[in-house]
Amino acid sequence: MKKEKIELIKDGKRLDGRGFEELREIKIEIDVLKRADGSCYFELGNNKALAAVYGPREIHPRHLQNEKTAVVVYNYNMAPFSATDRKRPGPDRRSVEISKASRCALDPVILKEYYPKTTINVYVELLQSDAGTRTAAINAASIALAAAGIPMRDLVSSIAVGKIDGEVVLDLNAVEDNHGEADMPVAMIARTNTITMLQMDGRFTKDEFEVGMKLAEKACHEIYELQRAALIAKYSESVNANVNVNVNTGRGEE
Amino acid sequence: MGLEVISDIRTDYVYNLLESGKRIDGRGFHDYREISVERDIVNKAEGSALVKIGDTAVLVGVKLEPGVPFPDTPDRGILMTNAELRPGASPDFEIGPPNEDSIELARIVDRGIRESETIDLEKLCIEEGEKVWMIFIDIHALDNDGNLIDAAALGAIASLSNIRIPNERYGLVLEETEEDTLSIRDTPVAVTLVEVEGNLLVDPNLYEENAAACRLTVSSNADGTLSGIQKSGSGGLKKEQISEMVEIGIEKAGEIREKFL
Repeated sequence: MKKEKIELIKDGKRLDGRGFEELREIKIEIDVLKRADGSCYFELGNNKALAAVYGPREIHPRHLQNEKTAVVVYNYNMAPFSATDRKRPGPDRRSVEISKASRCALDPVILKEYYPKTTINVYVELLQSDAGTRTAAINAASIALAAAGIPMRDLVSSIAVGKIDGEVVLDLNAVEDNHGEADMPVAMIARTNTITMLQMDGRFTKDEFEVGMKLAEKACHEIYELQRAALIAKYSESVNANVNVNVNTGRGEE
Repeated sequence: MGLEVISDIRTDYVYNLLESGKRIDGRGFHDYREISVERDIVNKAEGSALVKIGDTAVLVGVKLEPGVPFPDTPDRGILMTNAELRPGASPDFEIGPPNEDSIELARIVDRGIRESETIDLEKLCIEEGEKVWMIFIDIHALDNDGNLIDAAALGAIASLSNIRIPNERYGLVLEETEEDTLSIRDTPVAVTLVEVEGNLLVDPNLYEENAAACRLTVSSNADGTLSGIQKSGSGGLKKEQISEMVEIGIEKAGEIREKFL
């Protein structure tokens, strides 16, 4: 099977009907797991991410502990059945790198200095994937950390931008990612416009890069509002325990 | 414990000097340490380069072997990049399987090379679906005084620029029209900057690396396009800082390209 050229933009619309600056549909559910200290289920289009947070808790082995701060461990894991080709279970080079970049995305907001010698563990399972998994995972993890009551400076919001058929567009799906020319996942603290994750591969001119950053910034603000709304909805109704909150942008339903 | 205290003192020293506009080794904020590139120093490898940036030393070797193509790219050669952070290069490195730092290093270098499309993988097809050339780029860190990434990336593209394809060794007969050298179409260069207390420093040495909250690597090509970016470290960056870092990255890459590639 060779890679064939396919047209990704027709009549100013993308194959799934979205405009260039349009996010896929987002769904958020908070505290979906019983045993985790905090958890979040996050859908971004066909991506399904489930984040679980434990901690602060004792760190093993002890030589890994930091005298001054908590140690954040982030693990990104794709389920074997989550992609078209079965993913061999267990860590691979890609997931190790994504885990590191994602930890660096969340590190700046976690008040680690409150809990020296402990660890805060974030485990994100990708149950279904359609490009943009690391961004969905970070969005889920950020909410799960808040749900676990971990003191944070703010939430982190994440989205990817890319280039398809020569156009810079927001939030690539898998077809666009596979046939596109560039992909750039971004994570940021929306309120302060601080970028905490930035990766890029493919080809971008400096100008395209700047356009992409602007698109990502705008989308991160939208996602931030959804994350915030979901948390507020969940915890302002805490008397009514076990209510699952669905936040639906109502997009992508053509 | 003792080491941690010393590291704190060094970090303070880096901060204090920066406040008066100075770097620990007296360089300008956008200056590289002295760079040297020595090619073809391992005669068993199809290509190799020893890159030194200040006291940082990285040896990159490239080997070619025939292999089976991936099912989704039956007509393309395979590019693999691996990095070993050997204990001799730093007391902080340990023997063992690749860890997140060595994997990240290898993948940053890999993306720079791959996405620049400097290697025409289609030309590395021997028999579609059956046999293709596999290019192995192996990065061997010899001495780590900071900024292994830029040294490794420069070593990789320098090694690739003079490769003879070992057809005879594998009993492959060339048709007359075919060339037995690997041609490269671009020269991606990685430039790494760190942010320390609002200052943007090119080519961080080890103390600066440890003092920095953020690191950004920018890989760019001969025409000034970007082929890879990677942010690392537990801090955040402003958009304006990133724009500036990208701009400096492209400019510095041009200087390095002109001098060494």
